[in-house]
Order: sequence, then structure tokens, then C-alpha cells
Amino acid sequence: MKFTLSWLKEHLDTIATLDEISAKLTATGLEVEGLVNPGAGLDAFIVAHIAEAQQHPNADRLRLCTVDTGTEKLQVVCGAPNARTGLKVVLARPGVTIPSTGDVLKKGSIRGVESQGMLCSASELKLSEESDGIIELPADAPVGVPVTQVLNFDPVIEINLTPNRVDALGVRGIARDLAAAGLGTLKPMKDAAVPGTFESPRKVKMALPAGDEAKCPQFIGRTIRGVKNAESPKWLKDRLAAIGLRPVSALVDITQYLTIDLGRPLHAFDDAKLKGDVGPRFAKDGETLAALNGKTYTLDTDMVVIADEAGAQGIAGIMGGAPTSVTDTTTTVFLESALFSPLNIAATGRKLQINSDARYCFERGVDPASAIAGAEIATRMIIDICGGEASHIVEGGKAPEWKRTIAFNPARVKSLGGVELPAGEIKSILERLGFAVTGSGDTWTVTPPSWRADVEGWQDLVEEVLRIHGYDNIPPVPLPRAPMPKVVLTAQQRQVAFTRRSLAARGLNETTTWAFLPRAQAELFRGDLPLVTLANPISSDLDAMRPSLIPNLAAAAGRNAARGMADVALFEVGPRFEAGAPGKQVMVAACLRAGSTTGRHWAGTRRAADALDAKADALAALEAAGASVTSLQTYTGAPGWYHPGRSGVLKLGNQILAAFGELHPAVLNTLDVKGPIVACEVFLDRLPQPKKKAGAARALLKASNFQPVERDFAFVVDTGVGAEAVVRAVRGADKELITDVGLFDVYEDPNVGEGKKSLAVAVTLQSKDATLTDEQIEGVAKRVIAAVEKTCGGKLRA
Amino acid sequence: MSAHIDQLRAELLGAVQGAKDAAALEEVRVTALGKKGRITDLMKTLGGMAPDERKAFGQNLNVLKDEVAAALDTRKRAFESAALDARLASERMDVTLPVRPEARGTLHPISQTMDEVAAIFGQMGFEIADGPDIEDDFHNFTALNFPPGHPAREMHDTFFLAPDKSGADPTTAERYLLRTHTSPVQIRTMMTQKPPIRVIIPGRTYRCDYDMTHTPMFHQVELLVIDTETNMSHLRGCLQEFVRTYFGVDDLTTRFRPSFFPFTEPSAEMDIGCSRKGGELKIGNYGDWLEILGCGMVHPNVLRACGLDPEVYQGFAAGMGIERIAMLKYGIPDLRTFFESDLRWLRHYGFAALDIPSVTGGLTR
Repeated sequence: MKFTLSWLKEHLDTIATLDEISAKLTATGLEVEGLVNPGAGLDAFIVAHIAEAQQHPNADRLRLCTVDTGTEKLQVVCGAPNARTGLKVVLARPGVTIPSTGDVLKKGSIRGVESQGMLCSASELKLSEESDGIIELPADAPVGVPVTQVLNFDPVIEINLTPNRVDALGVRGIARDLAAAGLGTLKPMKDAAVPGTFESPRKVKMALPAGDEAKCPQFIGRTIRGVKNAESPKWLKDRLAAIGLRPVSALVDITQYLTIDLGRPLHAFDDAKLKGDVGPRFAKDGETLAALNGKTYTLDTDMVVIADEAGAQGIAGIMGGAPTSVTDTTTTVFLESALFSPLNIAATGRKLQINSDARYCFERGVDPASAIAGAEIATRMIIDICGGEASHIVEGGKAPEWKRTIAFNPARVKSLGGVELPAGEIKSILERLGFAVTGSGDTWTVTPPSWRADVEGWQDLVEEVLRIHGYDNIPPVPLPRAPMPKVVLTAQQRQVAFTRRSLAARGLNETTTWAFLPRAQAELFRGDLPLVTLANPISSDLDAMRPSLIPNLAAAAGRNAARGMADVALFEVGPRFEAGAPGKQVMVAACLRAGSTTGRHWAGTRRAADALDAKADALAALEAAGASVTSLQTYTGAPGWYHPGRSGVLKLGNQILAAFGELHPAVLNTLDVKGPIVACEVFLDRLPQPKKKAGAARALLKASNFQPVERDFAFVVDTGVGAEAVVRAVRGADKELITDVGLFDVYEDPNVGEGKKSLAVAVTLQSKDATLTDEQIEGVAKRVIAAVEKTCGGKLRA
Repeated sequence: MSAHIDQLRAELLGAVQGAKDAAALEEVRVTALGKKGRITDLMKTLGGMAPDERKAFGQNLNVLKDEVAAALDTRKRAFESAALDARLASERMDVTLPVRPEARGTLHPISQTMDEVAAIFGQMGFEIADGPDIEDDFHNFTALNFPPGHPAREMHDTFFLAPDKSGADPTTAERYLLRTHTSPVQIRTMMTQKPPIRVIIPGRTYRCDYDMTHTPMFHQVELLVIDTETNMSHLRGCLQEFVRTYFGVDDLTTRFRPSFFPFTEPSAEMDIGCSRKGGELKIGNYGDWLEILGCGMVHPNVLRACGLDPEVYQGFAAGMGIERIAMLKYGIPDLRTFFESDLRWLRHYGFAALDIPSVTGGLTR
């Protein structure tokens, strides 16, 4: 909301400076968002007198002026047509910064004649958008003084009004707040009733059905005849223009003015264009109205209109209709001052998408006691400016009961607000804001004024007291705390945090991608999950909630590749959405690698990332998350977005903890991303939750003092047999003596046999009790061979 | 005899000095001290001597033996040293070669900032609470004192989920939404925990808005304290300690201003000292102010909605944007870049895996 300093001073008697007023507004909760002071930066411009203006010797359109500053006479070349002898002007001397250009003025020569200054136009001083000619100051302006003492600059203040501050919808309310905060005195309200001289021929007809009266509880009407509508007086036009409103005509401008001045919207009908009684009713379904903004609206039965016998003539509390609006020829006005329900106005305004000052006021809440006072003040202004005489007031409904009391213990200011204030000061603040206070001790009864519909409970009263006393006077006190902080993370939170840092330690870059993706991608990656879409997406390619983190990571890899960075290793730990309801999201750690594991390098360590890199990422994430990776088993059967032959899942028992592999080329094709790309998804929520242990003690280390022995075996197995099965079989052959099994060679060749491959393992044997004998080693070797043969059909390679 | 020994000494030491290489030196050693060496031979003659003679000659011989052995050893080490020098002189590599590449991973600034926030509030006894991104109207709005139809609801630019097609009756099924703030977790916490409550709630939030300074998804952290005593002084003290620690400015000044949020009463906004001179933003006591967060005492209607008696329980709530405080602290100019996954950005603004923030160990390296 915008207003000017002079407008504020219409209601507030103050000697405070603009800066003091601005600081106090922000301090009381009316945050100043903008402050435009047209006079700022103009102190160096002075009033001067054109002693003589004559034709420039070398240019038809230029004038050569002798300018008197009171202390010296300067020669100034000026191009303005109105530069003439005897005129009082605004002079810029060399060294002054010109606001419109930001340039410093220098002494110069124009068409061969020296110019020792510049006579300024309003646009050069940024006082208006455009101007023809230089500023003409009043003839009695004292020569030599800064122009800021002569021109009347009215600074414009813009505040950010929070939705609760219905009391500050008008300049008057803002003045009241400043006065309460000690920045001056509130001037008395000029709201004396204007006596009616005749009965209004037009009456009010309240036509809302029973039960819906609250949508317009009160409607005040008044006929004012014999008016002459014309241009508004300068002061009125200036004020409206200063805050960006377009002056129209006196009758319209008066209603505009009072909306800003008092937060009291009114409407003036051209009485001659109305038919019969006027009042509120619900719109008929499909009823149309040509509004003042030039648009025609189709209304529905939830909307309240102001109607006469002929039909709807205004959208209640939002905008008047064009056919009944006042014009230059209007001689009789029917004035409307009514009250409407904020919720109804908000809903109608939203449906029709009309933003008007009236809607702004009514949907927040107009002072319920202001309808009659508003009508009286408007009548006074109309008669003062447009002449005419007013009828008695005609009224429908009545002002709603707004008086209520709040039980208040002033000690709450300390116990909730943290500020120690004497009871007398608390009472005084409330009274300055218009609250009535009775009672004593710790039982006060406080009655809020009509304009404070937002004040409901004692907590609101504490806020009022703190606000006026100054929030900045609340002393900061540290929260009392335990001598030692506790562990604040839950086991799951630690799991996520550790997983995240472990993946970063593996060289992956963490990213954060949208929780949304295009519906088509959700379809590709949702498997059996339902499709979860948004009703109002920000754009059509962000219209579904992600069932997997992979598509967004793949898209990110694609974007990086397009920038020339093809080697990508990204991860994200975040939710996937398994259904469109609260509690149906699960925490997933997803990793994705594209391109090579390293850049090109002299040592030749570069290779393409493959499915086993993705498996390694998955295992690392699982280990970091606390899974026992030695208990995991690898199976095929990853979801459909993986390459069917180069992917797998990691299971603990029957539970799939992770999927990994190369992404399906057809899927990448649909995502328009070049492959190969490998990825994994780890379902952190599926991990067994860590057991609460009695302590942090580890199992006792039992290191053997006896020499380990290593034996190598090569087995020929069918190519379909997984290496994991062979290693598992070897390990199981003697759980006591075999301490480690490592696969060190995989060999596929026709001489191994068609459909066969050779797997070579190194088996480490070690006893805890004694040096191994040859017989023991031989025995284990036999069991190893037998186990591989039995479980994998493998034969020891000859 | 002693003349003989002197002569032998001169001869052997001369041979040691004269040896050209390690092999020649070994020959000298065998000649002198080997099983059939000259000194060994003389040692063998000691047995046939008279005791006096044997004692004198034996002593001289032993001195000679030690002398020759020492000379041999010195000469041997000189050869070894020369050999090592020669080897080292031949062994050369280009140590300016780049090392074998190792990928350097990074943590996203959002994760790091959340960890920093948790480290600070953890010191003050806050625990971490979380809740779902997909919410219902009750938790996101109604319980937080947003009356249906209230303009404040409209200011939230809420994303709604399309009605579920999987069997739920669309006429009765509730319309779910993406939480517009982390505040619904306040409600979930108060409904499941008994006061005293001290939690922070970091998480993803969503609003239907996308421009220079807004993204449809962003992150917030919320604070909630509920007990019977905590008042606005504690709110201000707690937040002041936070901003001072987080920004690393020990005497950072804060400014409290009245504001409005449906779920707090009284409500406030907090500013911190800053400078905007020359278009550059600096945090510190330079006379200008920067809005940093919104806060207030939990509204009695919110307490009531969670089954807590506002005549008994009170406390505060506060919320701030994770990206915003990260941008301010780390000088990241554009919000939208947080979600672009540009590797150059992730590597530049990201954090090392081991850079774990702690108040005692250092919040930021």
C-alpha cells in the first residue's frame, strides 16, 4: 500500500523526519518496502532568475541567458522554448549531478558560446516522465536558495501490509499506529454528519436469502442531487497520481481517495441510470455484468451483486458496473457504503480474477463500524467539491456486533513476550491503540476497537504491546540447555548422513534434482507403482512425482555431456514416491555413472564405467547404511529400466535392498540421453534397523599366530554359473580353516570347452590353533573340489 | 718380527687402497684375512712361540688384523656408496608428471548446510524431526490456523495431487498436496510427542512458482520449542546464537520486527546486519539490514489443534530457507543453479566428504 508524507500528515501531527517515520513504520510491523523522495539529491540545484534572454548568435533554436544567482551572473545556453527574460528557474551549476543521466555537469561551449550552467526541466530532475521546457518557478521564489525549499516535494511511502493488519488499510490507521508509537498526535476525525435535507427517493432493498445476510450485513445509501462532476482539485489529483492511481473525475476520485485514506471503499452510482430500489442479492446463474474495467463478467449464484430493478449493477465489494457509473454529466449521485463478508469477496475476486482496491480492503476486513461514518465523510467531500445537497441516509441491515472482550493478565507480556513492562505502560499502549481497558491487578478486561477484527485472544494483546513498545527491545536470552548436548540424530538419520558422505568419499558428486519429472518418464520407471501426477504442475514436463531417482540423474548426465563433460558420477539421496498419499515415500540412495571412470591419462587407467561399478556403488552405500554386505546375494531380475543381461539385484533373504546395472538402451533412447550409463538404486528404508546394543564394545579380535597358507584352484563351470556361487561354495567347504577366498581369473575360450568358462580362486587357509599339516591342507582341498562340483557342477581344471 | 709386521701392514693397507673395485677388494680381504690369508697364517705361528714372544707378537698381530679389517670395511663402504651413487644417477623419472587420477566426490551445499544447522541446534538440545513431502490439508493448513478460504492460503501457491485413479472414491477421498512449508511436521510432532519439545525440521518444500528467485522445490528448516516457559526472549536469544554461529560473526546484530504468520502470535521477522555497498552483500554490523527468517510464538489455535492447552503450554516456531542461508554464507548467486546438476557447479560449490560440520570442531573449513 502506498501513500505520501503530506497525506499522512493530514491525520498525524508530527515533527518527525521522513527517516524517523520510515523506521517507526517498519518497527511497528508496517514494513516499509519503498521510499521515493523526489527531493532527494536536489539540494545543489538553486533558484535563479533569468535577467536577460536573447537569441544565440549561431543557432536559431537556442537562447543565450544571463542568469542571476543572487551572488553572480552566469551565461547559460538554453534550448527550452520557454526560457525568457524575468523567469525564475532551476539552475544546475558545473559539478552537479543531473538525476536523469547520472552525469556530472561540466562547463561547456555550445555552438561557440560558453555555457556556465544548465536550466533544468522536470524530466531532467526526474520529477516527471516527460516535460516540455524548463521548470517555471513562482515569481516570488527567493533567488539563490536550494529548490528543495521552493518546490513542494511529497515523498511516497510504500508499505508491505501483512494480511492481519486490517486497521492499517487506510492512511488514518497508519497515522493512529504511529501516534500510539509516540511519533506525534492523531488529529481529530472530520466525520461530522451532513444533515439530510430531503428523503432519498431511492431506497435500499436487502435481497439476500435468510441465512446469508452476513454476506452483506449492512448497506447505507444516500442520494446527493445537484452535483456538478468535473476534474478534481489539484491536491486530490496530485495525491492519487503520486501513488499511481489515475484521476478520473471528482466523484470517482473521492471514492478512490477514501478507499486509501480510511480503508473504506464506497461506490457512487449515477442515480439517473438506476431503476427502483438498490441493494445486495446473489447473482443469477449466468448473469453478466459490464464492469468499470471494460470487461464483461459472467457471474454465478455464489457471488453477491448490487442490483436494482433492471439487474446487477455492481459486483459487490469488488467493482462497479459501467452502465451506471458516474460521468461528466451526472447531476444526481446514489452513494453506496456497505459491508461484505471477507471470505465471499475473496472467493468471488479469485473466481473472476479481479484485483481492485475495494476487493483488497473487503477481503481483509473493513471496519464494521465504518459504513455510516464513511458515507458522511464521502457526502461532505462531494458537497464541498461538486456542490449539491444530500438526502437523509437510507439503510438496509445493520452493523454487525463487533464488540467483544478479552480477559487479560498483564503479566503475560513478560511470560509470553519476555519483556518487563509496568502495568501502567501496558494499559497506556492498549488505550493509545483504541482498546478499552478495565479491571486491575492480574484480571483486566480489554475491549478491542471496531477496526481490530484481527485481535482475538490475549496473545494478540501481548503482540500489540510488544509491537508498540518495540520488538527490538525484547532482550535476547539463550535457551536454557543441558550441561551436555544429547545425540540428536536418530539411527535412520545417521544412516542417511553416513551413506551420503561415504558416496561422496567414493568420488561421486552429490546432486539435488526435482521431486517431479515428465509423466512419460514416470510411466517408464514406475514398475508396479501407481502413477502420481500433479493437478497443477508448474509445467507439463514436471507433472508427475518421481517413482525413481534415475531419470532425473540420467537427464543431468545428458546435460553435462552436452556441455562436454561426458564422464559423470552423480548421486542423490532422497525420496521416491510409491503412491500419492502421506507416508508413501521411501528414502533411496541412487548413483549414476556415465562415460569413463577417469579422464584420458598417461598411465592408461581409463576404462568405461560398467555394471560392476554400479554394483560397487550399491555395496558401498549398503555398507555405509549398516547392511552386512557379506550376507547379501546377487540375483538377476532388476527392474525393466535396466539392461536385462547386465543388471542385478542385491538381496538380503527375500528382501531386495538394491538394484544395479547398465540402463536399458531403449529407455535411454526415450530419455534422449546417450549411453551406456550405469546406475544403482539402494532402498535405505528396507535395511534392517540397527539393533540397540548394550554398548559400543566390538567382538574380541582373535588373530591367529600361525602362518596362513594360500592354495589356488581353477574350476571349469557352465558359463551360466555365477562367480558368486563358486566363491560361496568354496568358502562353505570349511568354515573353520578357510579365512579368505579371492577370485583372480575368469577365462572363456574354446579350449576350455563350449559353453564353459574357467574361474580361478585363491583360497587362504589358517588355523587358530596350530600350523597346518599337509594332511589338513589336502583334506580341505578335497572338500573344496567336492563342494564346487556338488553345488555348481564345476570340475577342477586339468 | 715387528719390522715384518710393519712391512706387512704397509703392503696390505697399500693393497686395500689400491683395490680398483669391490671384487679386487674381496681378493685383498682373502689374501689378508682369508683361511689361508697372510695374517691368518701368522696367527697360526703363534702356537710355536715362547710365551713372552707370543704375547708381544700376538698383540701386534691383533692390532694389524683390526687395522686391516677396518681399512677393508671403510674401502668396502666407499665402493658401496659409489655403486649406489652410480645407480641413483641412472634412475630418473619425471616427477612433474600428473599423478594417477582419483575422482574427488562432493556433497551438495544443501546437505552441508542442513548438517551445519543440525550441528548448531544440536548443541542447544534440539532433535531432528521429519515428515512426508505429500501432505493433507489438515496438517499443511487447517491445523496451522489457516482458515479455509483465507487469503493467506492463496499466498502459498500450493501444488495439488491429481485425484488418485487407483480405486479411491474421488468424491470423498481427500485431495493431497505437496507441503508448502515444513510446518506440518510441527503438527505431527506435537500430536505424537509430549512437551517439552525441541526439534528442528529440515526438508523439501514445494510451491508453484518459478522465476529468478523462486524454484518449485526448495528446502526449509523449521524450529519448534514447546514447554511451559519459553518466551520471545528465548526465541530471540536462540536465533541470535544461531546466526552468529552459522555466519561466524561473533557480535552479529539482529533486528526483530513485527510480522504476520497464521500459525504464530506474536509473529516476528528477524533481520541481520549487513552491507550492500558496491552491490556486494556482506554479513556483519555495517548498518544495513537483511531479512533472514520468520518466527513467533506458537498460535493458541495451533496448540489447541494438537490437543495442547494454550493456557499451560507455550513455545516458539521459526523457519528459514536452506538455499537462502547457503547462498548468503557461501556467496552462491543464483538459486536455480542448486537444481541444475551442473558438474562444474557441484565441484565448485560442493563440500568434501570428510568436511563434517561441528560446533566444536569447526563449522566450515
